[in-house]
Amino acid sequence: MIEIRWHGRGGQGAKTASLLLADAAFNTGKYIQGFPEYGPERMGAPITAYNRISTEPITIHSNIYEPDYVVVVDDTLLDSVDVTAGLKKEGAIVINTTKDADYIKSKLKNYEGEIYTVDARKISLETLGKYFPNTPMLAAIVKVSKIMTDEELINDMEGSFKHKFAKKPEVIEGNMNALKMALSEVKKV
Amino acid sequence: MSIRERLSGNEAAAIAMKQINPDVVAAFPITPSTEIPQYFSTFVSNGSVDTEFVAVESEHSAMSACIGAEAAGSRAMTATSANGLSLMWEMIYIASSLRLPIVMSLVNRAVSGPLNIHNDHSDAMGVRDSGWIMLFSENNQEAYDNLLMAHRIAEHKDVLLPLMVCQDGFITSHSIENIELVEDEKVKEFIGTYKPEHYLLNRKEPMAVGPLDVQTYLFEHKYQQANAMRNAKKVIEEVSRDFEKMTGRKYSFFEEYKLSDAEVAIVCMNSTAGTAKFVVDSLREKGVKAGLLKVRMFRPFPAEEIANALSHLKAVAVLDKADSLNAAGGALFEDVTSSMYVNKEQVPVVNYVYGIGGRDTTSYEIEGVYNDLMEIAKTGEVGNPYRYFGVRREK
Repeated sequence: MIEIRWHGRGGQGAKTASLLLADAAFNTGKYIQGFPEYGPERMGAPITAYNRISTEPITIHSNIYEPDYVVVVDDTLLDSVDVTAGLKKEGAIVINTTKDADYIKSKLKNYEGEIYTVDARKISLETLGKYFPNTPMLAAIVKVSKIMTDEELINDMEGSFKHKFAKKPEVIEGNMNALKMALSEVKKV
Repeated sequence: MSIRERLSGNEAAAIAMKQINPDVVAAFPITPSTEIPQYFSTFVSNGSVDTEFVAVESEHSAMSACIGAEAAGSRAMTATSANGLSLMWEMIYIASSLRLPIVMSLVNRAVSGPLNIHNDHSDAMGVRDSGWIMLFSENNQEAYDNLLMAHRIAEHKDVLLPLMVCQDGFITSHSIENIELVEDEKVKEFIGTYKPEHYLLNRKEPMAVGPLDVQTYLFEHKYQQANAMRNAKKVIEEVSRDFEKMTGRKYSFFEEYKLSDAEVAIVCMNSTAGTAKFVVDSLREKGVKAGLLKVRMFRPFPAEEIANALSHLKAVAVLDKADSLNAAGGALFEDVTSSMYVNKEQVPVVNYVYGIGGRDTTSYEIEGVYNDLMEIAKTGEVGNPYRYFGVRREK
């Protein structure tokens, strides 16, 4: 079983990204869970969402305290949230940031696992013209965790976006480009 | 072939209602059950059901409308949570005493106050003596399956009682998980059409519903109601067996998970049972003989069966997700221990109140309970039976 924890801010789509990841993994035949931790949400407040992905049925119904992977959708959270809490050292963290390795490592203190970064803001602005970091971060975590192949993700998400954006078909191509760009741009620190 | 899907618990409940296609749905939105009538109203608008959807102005009216519809001779359903159920309170008792087989989705949430929208079972425990059949669901699959079985149970001539299907607010209602759906036509065939024997719109049999019931009659009517609840056990067994024939999914009064050779066991309801299964599996790998009894049928309460199922254990913990605030243990604990006493089963049993107001229930805490039980099994010392986990307090 792979366990993933998402850290974002209200309005950035971390919950939606976790549900899309659950969807995509479901379509590759897996057992999945996708759920947010509901709190007093408001735009900009820190939020957490979770995924479990397994080849076996999943029965546990708690939050995730020892994730295999962590996704940080907004790097300002590194100052206020202990994003690596419980993160397994054989796992990895994926951060949306333009900051350099020294800065990130100084924020993550004693964390010993792998660190990946991607500039989801740049990708989102280039492909969608607006700042929606969740699509690039979805691609980044798939790339890092190898939950599925790039092709499986791209093929599946095309269908999902067509369904999700049935009334806004003009954004489908941009989202697909955001996925592809993030798959190629996520890099290990 | 069943249909492989991924749905939240609320989506699963709404899909079940779509397949049931009741005559009337009356509901008022309240977190975390709001999505159920919300999704259902889109099915009404899209014409995928021919239900009369009544968007009432309060939960009191939602239950009143269901009572009127059901008394008239139709199938009525609703969904609510916590304070919504509190506002229905007066009509909840009237629905069951008029013997109207209304079916409700109760998405469990803490009853205020202070205001909290998250999960515990205080709403359900508040109506445990109201004469409704109460089925609890570990996940989206069970919430769906229990709803598909609900009308067959509630409408049975030996029962004629309303029924609520409980699931945990947010924990399962808002979590996307795998689910196996039954085809529409199979559901339709399984449920059948509702043919009430007595109903208000029958011109050949004029009748009054809910008139004054004085000293000379009410007691007998209540006794009949109690008998109906006793009869429900047999009917729930039969319907569950038919459901297993259709789907392969087996449902009993309760689920015994690795219980038969266990030395210690937890008794609980809803989503916590899934977490407990995860812990039981990991403890079994370490050689600890841990087991689980998950109560599905809380009303009627399978007293004798539970006492028998727990009789071989060295220690038992009953987990209550609602504090009865009575200085004497939670509702499930009281039911389990009284069942055991009456059936002369002497096993050390302790109570844990937990998960109040959406406090996350972790596998580590459940493992802690099993460790406590192993200690009790070893020493025979129960100590304080009224316990808590997951709460901050002064030492």
